[in-house]
Amino acid sequence: MKARYLLPIVIFFAMVAVFALVLYQIGQGRNIKDVPSPLIGKAVPQFELPLLLQPDQTFSSEQLKGHVSLVNVWASWCVSCRYEHPLLVEMSQNTDISIIGINYKDERPDALKWLRDMGDPYEASIYDYDGRAAIDWGVYGTPESFIVDQQGIIRYKHTGPISVEKLEAEIMPLIRELRQQGGES
Amino acid sequence: MKLLRVFAVCGLLAASGLAYAIVDVELRDVGDEPRFNELSNVLRCMVCQNQSIADSNAELARDFRNQVKEKINAGQTNDEIVDFMVDRYGDYILYKPPFNMATALLWLGPFLLVIIGFIIIFRIFKRQGRGPDEDTTDSEQQARLKAMLDDEGDQS
Repeated sequence: MKARYLLPIVIFFAMVAVFALVLYQIGQGRNIKDVPSPLIGKAVPQFELPLLLQPDQTFSSEQLKGHVSLVNVWASWCVSCRYEHPLLVEMSQNTDISIIGINYKDERPDALKWLRDMGDPYEASIYDYDGRAAIDWGVYGTPESFIVDQQGIIRYKHTGPISVEKLEAEIMPLIRELRQQGGES
Repeated sequence: MKLLRVFAVCGLLAASGLAYAIVDVELRDVGDEPRFNELSNVLRCMVCQNQSIADSNAELARDFRNQVKEKINAGQTNDEIVDFMVDRYGDYILYKPPFNMATALLWLGPFLLVIIGFIIIFRIFKRQGRGPDEDTTDSEQQARLKAMLDDEGDQS
């Protein structure tokens, strides 16, 4: 067959292949609205905010240094957070990973009720009432999760609820790797 | 009575306004209004990705607008404000993405397609210009065809 008849067919199948690939990735949990974060490889933004449970105490970005932590941005009005929450609770029960919560633009009673009702997986819950710190973290769609290493460098970001697959395939291996690098067991 | 009802409604509206925790920032200098409009039109609302923060009613867009106003009030330049946003959200926050390696295809793609289109048109015209018979019947082929036909004739 001549090339000029073949070409449209080749283009057609190439397009089908691309669409199929993207659909497959969406099926595997890829978020097409995901935007790569420029913060990866950079130090966590500086902040000092009150704690959700102890309003008179503060938590600063310095306190994230020294161990690998999973920083999770959530809110009680956020539907996907509700979906994600049981997994975080399970993580806190079955692993020794330090999960730090940033409660985003929430009313304190609502947030406290959430933690009472659904379990509190957070080692510390930071209270970001006006969402200002979250903007520094580049947050645009809760829930968002960051992996921060011992030096306080952001190494990974996930937008949207963490799935079990994501946790097993990407998050846990990276945390293990970072812990080994930093001499943590 | 009617007036009383109007007052009641106004009161409720005012109260509902108070229920919003975050107070919108006001520009200190009205002369900065054009700058604010310009900036809020070049920054993308990250939640509703096809709207600028000027168009969007999303909560996050409102926060962005407030930050922009605050920074204008603090005397920051447009570049400083845009850089602040890009540092946190990447080039994607810009409605008009800058030209770099990652966006080269986006910027050059349409021109590339136009060039490919012209090449195709050029080739079609060239082929038509050659006349209809040239493709299949040069003298050598003609001779072969004749020989084959003669051959057929002999066999039958």
